[in-house]
Amino acid sequence: MSATSIETTVETMPAKKEFWRWQENVWVDESKDWKSAKLITCGIDVGSVSSQAVLVVDGELYGFNSMRTGNNSPDSATNALQGVMDKCGMQLSDIHYVVGTGYGRVNVPFAHKAITEIACHARGANYMGGNSVRTILDMGGQDCKAIHCDEKGKVTNFLMNDKCAAGTGRGMEVISDLMQIPIAELGPRSFDIDAEPDAVSSVCVVFAKSEALGLLKAGYTKNKVIAAYCQAMAERVVSLLERIGVEEGFFITGGIAKNPGVVKRIEKLLGIKAMETKVDSQIAGALGAALFGYTLMQKQGAKAA
Amino acid sequence: MIANYGYKDGSGEYYISIDTDKCIDCAAGRACLEACPKQMFEVIADDYDDQVVWVKKPNCRTLAYDCSACKPAAGYASLPCTLACTPGAIKHSW
Amino acid sequence: MITAGIDMGSRTVKVVLLEEIKVEGAPQLKYAIKKTHIMMPGDLDPDQAAEKVYDDVLTGAGLKRDQISAVFATGAGRKQVAFATEGITEMTAGAKGASYMFPLARTVVDVGAEEGRGMKTDEQGRAVDFAGNEKCAAGAGSFAEAMSRALQMNLKEFGDASLLSDKTIPMNAQCTVFAESEVVSLIHSATPKNDIAKAVLDAVASRVCAMVRRVGIEGEVVLIGGMVHNAGFVQSLKNAMGVDKISLPDMPEYISALGCALIAAERQH
Repeated sequence: MSATSIETTVETMPAKKEFWRWQENVWVDESKDWKSAKLITCGIDVGSVSSQAVLVVDGELYGFNSMRTGNNSPDSATNALQGVMDKCGMQLSDIHYVVGTGYGRVNVPFAHKAITEIACHARGANYMGGNSVRTILDMGGQDCKAIHCDEKGKVTNFLMNDKCAAGTGRGMEVISDLMQIPIAELGPRSFDIDAEPDAVSSVCVVFAKSEALGLLKAGYTKNKVIAAYCQAMAERVVSLLERIGVEEGFFITGGIAKNPGVVKRIEKLLGIKAMETKVDSQIAGALGAALFGYTLMQKQGAKAA
Repeated sequence: MIANYGYKDGSGEYYISIDTDKCIDCAAGRACLEACPKQMFEVIADDYDDQVVWVKKPNCRTLAYDCSACKPAAGYASLPCTLACTPGAIKHSW
Repeated sequence: MITAGIDMGSRTVKVVLLEEIKVEGAPQLKYAIKKTHIMMPGDLDPDQAAEKVYDDVLTGAGLKRDQISAVFATGAGRKQVAFATEGITEMTAGAKGASYMFPLARTVVDVGAEEGRGMKTDEQGRAVDFAGNEKCAAGAGSFAEAMSRALQMNLKEFGDASLLSDKTIPMNAQCTVFAESEVVSLIHSATPKNDIAKAVLDAVASRVCAMVRRVGIEGEVVLIGGMVHNAGFVQSLKNAMGVDKISLPDMPEYISALGCALIAAERQH
């Protein structure tokens, strides 16, 4: 699949370098022609940090757009969808059913239904990883979810933490800013060290920040501090997972899947490797939402028939 | 499905778990709604269209504080919500 | 007899030197606070900071180490005080110091930089019950400090600004990191700074209050720790606790160190 990445500046900010910026992404499956499709559904996941719009054509993933959420939730939904529609010449009127999810799900003005991000992530992961997916970890911008599901992607156990920044994308952005290193580089750098350090002892990101500065003063290289922080994050995430019970296949969604520094350490602690995916990990929620829409439309169609 | 509401932060882990299988078709007449002094519970239609109880969103983030009145520092023997829930769907992790 | 108390807080180090005064015919021993000293460790390690601040305070009082009968230490870093005779918990120290200043105190609230706690005390100044919220920055002074930075005010201006507001804006974020973003969006939506300041201090006050409620609010309430200097926080705390009066000591940051020195003196008898 060919992925075209477009970097868009979201808002005008002062000229200081923004280390938290991750790559925004829009893609459509050029080998498909949506105009001959029976059912087109759309999922919109508006998060506190990123927003995704996913198009599902006759039950198959067709296209997506992943971008940073601006200050205004309803605009984010519209912008995310417009981004992917522009890529394939679609209009809102071509879409049969829209499902909204995520923090801003109540703010997707054109959605037909809202479904929680828990159910959507499980469904999305089930599509992306197949029906052997049982344990899902999603680390979003401002939350962290641990989900256990069955072979159909139905949730059997979950927890979601959105109270505490530790173990969320924002927690990582804080370190990226502190170290003055772009967020995409944190993972690889955390392995460029002489010896694996202990995790920073503070769970709290605010205190971990001071601890990180102390470690630097004590002679740790930046990479080693990043490694200590990644280890702390991995340990915290594992404790959340263990609360709901970890079973293979283990699937990771959200921005964190792109950070090997945390992913590899989680795998080591669990003794389980995460499943691979070729699809952008951040779209799982919106994808699940679009798939829910597809199932709902099929049921309606079956009733009508 | 076991739904865990709450959080873990630097000070500890605080979750209220609701076993939705025991919560659908509640045999206790939704007694938990009134039993909680802070009225943290409410009935919702979950993603699978079942009528179950959950912890209201704002309370999820302040769970340790909200439950503190029922859980004094000197220790506690029982909680109004778990007593009211005779099917045993509600559990506290701390 | 002179004793010393040292409070190794997460942000500052406080030392109190206490001299026992024998008053003719008086039933109880009296004490005079000889000297106090507060220091930000800066570039020093905790153990070095402890040594330095202790030596500074002794020099200032014209005393030598061997003239001090005992040094008791408390605070998050008390184990790094090599020269301490004994270490005691912040609960014990805070309760003792607060009760000395306010003998009728029965509820003591201690809000420092990194921890907020509530203590139930008895007539002897002992903590009979306590509840704390440690290791989470949102439950203590760090929260207010981080938000004041986001509003580009110092803590005092921040506290004073909150007193000018009469609005109650509940905050959604319960975490310092998330709250910073929430404050930024409040600023973007043209919310007056006074109202934001009050919302922040109300939020910390409600968390601290929830801790105190676990031990019960009874009798005279005393607030100790650096946040006493923040008039806005004191008002928010009064509102949250539903009390008209909170007793405030003159040297609030030193109360735990004072408690240490008092207990050291008591134990010498």
